[in-house]
Amino acid sequence: MTLVYGLAYGLLGIGALLALVRLGAGPSLLDRVVATDTLLVIIAAGLAVHAGLQRDPTVVPVLVVVSLLAFVGSVSVARYIGGMLVRSADDGQDVGLPEAAEEKAARATEADR
Amino acid sequence: MSAAETAGDALAVVLLLLGSFLCLTAGLGLVRFPDVLTRMHAGTKPQVLGVLLIMVGAAIRLQGWSATWMLLLVAVFQMLTAPVSAHMISRVAYRRRHVRRDRLLVDELHTGGEVRDSVYRGDEPADAPPEQPAEALLESRREDREDGRTVQPPS
Repeated sequence: MTLVYGLAYGLLGIGALLALVRLGAGPSLLDRVVATDTLLVIIAAGLAVHAGLQRDPTVVPVLVVVSLLAFVGSVSVARYIGGMLVRSADDGQDVGLPEAAEEKAARATEADR
Repeated sequence: MSAAETAGDALAVVLLLLGSFLCLTAGLGLVRFPDVLTRMHAGTKPQVLGVLLIMVGAAIRLQGWSATWMLLLVAVFQMLTAPVSAHMISRVAYRRRHVRRDRLLVDELHTGGEVRDSVYRGDEPADAPPEQPAEALLESRREDREDGRTVQPPS
């Protein structure tokens, strides 16, 4: 049983750490939104694993709150960014949007090759 | 402990470990993939399948109807909300150009350089400017003429 504890929490912890890496490094706000969403899901999964392995039903209502929070957070941030949208004919250069960070980085790495 | 309980526990532990493994793959995909859409693809694996597996495992272990109904509520809620948030995030990602367009095989949303009148699309507040500003201006001027009001010529 100790092996199961270590394995489950190890998998969850490494997943949460990698999501945190993306949360810190993510070049755009949307990457961070996706990472936060995933992190909250992993936290909910960790609570459920704790509840299942310890037979401890007291944390189960917290699961409902965490899953609600993940949905409300990601949707509100997405709507907030959506409010800033400007319609562009081509790829955004004509209305003065800067070049997206991913496209710039990808172009740089492909030019290096 | 009876044989049925032991088998149930083993099944629950396997389900919990599978769900945890999906969380690990989500983290790996988030770090490795190149843009927002592919990261969403990886990050939403545990949102539906992982949560379902873990909820079933926890429900088997908890053995109480109140906990089971609440876990079922969480699973149903995840399945209802995951498509909504994924849709909104990916739409904003496409419009904010956080999508690697050079990696797309088919891009059905691309306008192909055609200029349209729409200024805003999608998430406008209720008092946003009209979608077709030129047409709306012509319309309001025509209504003013029909009402007999004097129209100031645009200076």
